[in-house]
Amino acid sequence: MKYTEEHEWLRVDGELLVVGITEYAAKQLGDVVFVELPEVEAQVAKGDEVCVIESVKAASDILAPLEGEIVEVNEALVDNPALVNDDPTGEAWFFKMRVDDLSVLDGFMTEDEYAEFVA
Amino acid sequence: MGDLRTLPLAALHAELGARMGPFAGWEMPVQYADGVLREHLHCRSAAALFDVSHMGQVMLHGPGAAAALEALVPADLVGLADGRQRYGLFTDLQGGILDDLMVARRGDDLFLVVNAANAAADVAHLQAGLPAGIEVDVIADRALLALQGPKAQGALAPLVPCAAAMRFMDAAVLDWEGAALWLSRSGYTGEDGFEISVPLGAAEAFARTLLAQPGVAPAGLGARDSLRLEAGLPLQGQDIGPDTSPVEAGLGWSVGRARRTGGARPGGFPGAERILHDLAHGTARARVGLLPDGRAPMRAGTPLFAAEGDPTPMGRITSGGFSPSLERPVAMGFVPSRLCAPGTRVYAELRGRRLPAVVTALPFRAPGYRK
Repeated sequence: MKYTEEHEWLRVDGELLVVGITEYAAKQLGDVVFVELPEVEAQVAKGDEVCVIESVKAASDILAPLEGEIVEVNEALVDNPALVNDDPTGEAWFFKMRVDDLSVLDGFMTEDEYAEFVA
Repeated sequence: MGDLRTLPLAALHAELGARMGPFAGWEMPVQYADGVLREHLHCRSAAALFDVSHMGQVMLHGPGAAAALEALVPADLVGLADGRQRYGLFTDLQGGILDDLMVARRGDDLFLVVNAANAAADVAHLQAGLPAGIEVDVIADRALLALQGPKAQGALAPLVPCAAAMRFMDAAVLDWEGAALWLSRSGYTGEDGFEISVPLGAAEAFARTLLAQPGVAPAGLGARDSLRLEAGLPLQGQDIGPDTSPVEAGLGWSVGRARRTGGARPGGFPGAERILHDLAHGTARARVGLLPDGRAPMRAGTPLFAAEGDPTPMGRITSGGFSPSLERPVAMGFVPSRLCAPGTRVYAELRGRRLPAVVTALPFRAPGYRK
């Protein structure tokens, strides 16, 4: 698993990249009450706002970590936003995307580096 | 951030696992380990303890304090009975709202609780606007706690038995282990409950004793905000302020009958001409509740449109979020009076899209006051 400075985790699943938010981010957000997901087949650029997450306190975004195409979204989060607090790094993945070159993942933080980043 | 004032019970909040944040110049508990959602629901089903010591506490001493304060506040204060409390507003010369406050009658004295952000300005306003014979005494040696929820009376009565006999908006001075508590049966959650002013020396012991009662859990500002939103209660500086008049804000009821046209003491408060005119003739806009379609919360600042394709907004959401009790988004805001009838469909612009919302009467949830 790799991590972004925007508190997303990135996991490789076959030739796809799975994206979610970290436990730290979920805890900071508080109780999540609303999730808006991107359109499947949407072409996104790095840094695009692709998801909206709203907690009882505030709204925030998930940014596309890389350029690519959204191929699958986790509809379960729309019906049950609390999953983001219950299992942020497991069941509560947000979307899967196809990127040109998965090797660019090397540029993101490792688990240890992320732990230090949020410390 | 370095200039934030610290609550007298800050150490207790830290011990309880509070996440602190800035509010009105104070470092305040925003939430505890349970989180906003659970704290909110706990207040609705049991009892929540809030530390609201940031709020301004002021005593007015001197003969005729009630009559004198009527020069600044359009409530009927002369008619306020001893041991009773009333909601009031400081208005400005244009009829805008400078602050909202609670006024309790204690013999010839009045005990005021005002908003933290305006406390210093309110005190200056009182000193400038009251005659020399009225002493404005800023109470700095007391904490203020709010115990709110259907189990509030059950939790407080073992400590302060006489509190159980109080009804909504009663005010009393009662003893707890030698400390004089200033109580009122009121709050800012829409629940039954008490606001309790406690001498600093006894505040931590009293808070700990309350927290040890069955059904009592601490709650922070986050839950306080979602609770008051469900209760339809406006927040000064956000829903109401100098640019809103009491009548358009739905607070015309706080202008006492005696202070109205044809009453025993009509007018005589700042902005009376505008406010009495509004009471007689209505206003161009009104504060309403809004139920967004769908699940997306509509927050403060969201512009409102009469029709999906309208180029210019007709109103604005002033408070909004997720209602834990209703399990859906709710909001309040101002719309033109022609659009204020419950059931009227309006559109909110959210992230570049127009989403429908339906105007509804406030509050979103019936209050649990013990009248």
